[in-house]
Amino acid sequence: MSITVSDVSRRFGSTTALHPLSLEIKKGEMVGLLGPSGSGKTTLLRIIAGLEAPDSGSIHFGDRDVTRVHVRKRRVGFVFQHYALFRHMSVFENVAFGLRARPAGERPSNADIRDRVQHLLERVRLDELSKRLPAQLSGGQQQRVALARALAVEPEVLLLDEPFGALDARVRLELRRWLRHLHEEFGFTSVFVTHDQEEALELSDRVVVMSNGRIEQIDTPQALYRAPANRFVFSFLGETNRFGGDHQNGRLQQGEAWIAMARSDIAPNEVLLRPHELMLTTAPDERAHLPVRVDAVSPVGSDVRVELTADWMDTPWLASITHHDFDRLQPQRGDRFYVVPSRWHQFAPEMA
Amino acid sequence: MKRIGDGAATRIGLIALAVILTTLFLVIPLAGIFYQAFAEGMAPFWQNLTSTFTREAIGLTLLIALLTVPVNLIFGIFLAWLVTRFAFPGRRILQTLIDIPFAVSPVVAGLLYLLLYGRTGWLGSLLSEQDVQLMFSWPGMVLVTVFVTCPFVARELIPLMQAQGSAEEEAGVTLGAGGWTLFRRITLPNIRWALVYGVILTNARAIGEFGAVSVVSGSIRGETINLPLQVELLYQDYNTVGAFTSAALLAALAIVTLMIKAVLEWHTHRREKTA
Repeated sequence: MSITVSDVSRRFGSTTALHPLSLEIKKGEMVGLLGPSGSGKTTLLRIIAGLEAPDSGSIHFGDRDVTRVHVRKRRVGFVFQHYALFRHMSVFENVAFGLRARPAGERPSNADIRDRVQHLLERVRLDELSKRLPAQLSGGQQQRVALARALAVEPEVLLLDEPFGALDARVRLELRRWLRHLHEEFGFTSVFVTHDQEEALELSDRVVVMSNGRIEQIDTPQALYRAPANRFVFSFLGETNRFGGDHQNGRLQQGEAWIAMARSDIAPNEVLLRPHELMLTTAPDERAHLPVRVDAVSPVGSDVRVELTADWMDTPWLASITHHDFDRLQPQRGDRFYVVPSRWHQFAPEMA
Repeated sequence: MKRIGDGAATRIGLIALAVILTTLFLVIPLAGIFYQAFAEGMAPFWQNLTSTFTREAIGLTLLIALLTVPVNLIFGIFLAWLVTRFAFPGRRILQTLIDIPFAVSPVVAGLLYLLLYGRTGWLGSLLSEQDVQLMFSWPGMVLVTVFVTCPFVARELIPLMQAQGSAEEEAGVTLGAGGWTLFRRITLPNIRWALVYGVILTNARAIGEFGAVSVVSGSIRGETINLPLQVELLYQDYNTVGAFTSAALLAALAIVTLMIKAVLEWHTHRREKTA
């Protein structure tokens, strides 16, 4: 089932949660809505579900206009941020709820319900725990119950609000992989909301980056990371170091620090750099003169993260260097180095 | 670490003070009620208990409670639902208005109803044209009791429903449940203990209410005298044993109510622990 959002907007009192925006989601696609809190991503998701009504615009599922269709009749699966499991019902009854709530004519027989719920619980590896109450489960298990419950009514659209937000890192990784598998097996169209760029980039076919009630960019994860449309998208998708200054004789200069570069028309006073685009050296060269002091070193993970400070920075920089370079340079807290950037990025200044 | 009051002397002193005060202000008066009721032995107690007027007072008291509780049960659920599940202008004001019956003295409430529904009152004069008389009759007593006890259920439900939020109900709707199914299978099970608790409080107050009903009752023996009024009436007639017999009955009802409440609290507590 494809989803078409056309010119949808929403205000809450005097604040605009969503400016009129449009979005096209293909059948079977998995789309992540990514943005900081207050960007309108959850509002958009709830409007697609029908839990919230748009002030203007329309929502289509396939060819069917569902803008005025009640949530109950939209047949969407919705997974809530804190799962919203029915606390007084067993795991089994939670999953069976959607089937039992159907009108008498369409309701499957008790035996059918039992079989379907049992099958789903096996699918999410919870059949052993079917008699437990939600409070007796771990966060990851609760999340799986919530998913099974939403899938029990066989929705063609699955909507997830911050599905892994409240889980610890290891469980989150496992569930992400597992959701991806379910998505491929069941073939539903899914839209999920997240503020975690890593999650959005890993899980989505396409990512919708939002801020302040607007869509900033819609693209595949690769395209998004390689060619961010604007400064907001660039800075939201990863760690960012900023260098601001004035152009003088082919250099962008700030105090004693400078980077050799031609004057740019789009962003004359600023360049942005990713941590992995910074090299640490013991001497400056003709490309840049950026003296820094090491403030902290964290040699955990595939790269070594080095925090850098200097008088000419407005906020500390972060460099990630290879373990090879780390062994060669042996940076310690308080050591002085020079940064040479391998590449940098420039964007038009943000509209206020 | 040593906290304030950890010394043996302070501890014993505080406990003793609590025990003495409880005995002085609660246990002795309560025991006194039963002592007075049985002061002249079992026979007069029984006689008073089974006299026509007492039986009629008991009947009226039960009738008032029986009518008040369901009305306020439904009203309370409705109000709590409204206040916690919908955003509308005036919601906060409504939440404050709910407390008015608590804040106002019951006597004032009684007077207010007398003014409104009395024979010459604004609404009363309209009603008396239809030959309906609410004041100085039991329907009026029910009316003021409903007023005085209406916040109990809502007050119990509102904080709970606010804390639970509407996520479970939203989940229910997305799964296709209709309004009644939602209420019966999700909302009601989640609030049932608070609801029972609210009903117990409403009931206790409906049985014991004196101030408001005394204003609108008109003290017609055998017709508009409930148990609390009966106590006063008999006492003024110098029938001490009779007065205390009715009082003992009320006290016994209160004790039973408190016991039910304690059992429920214990039950809820245990549920929360295991859940």
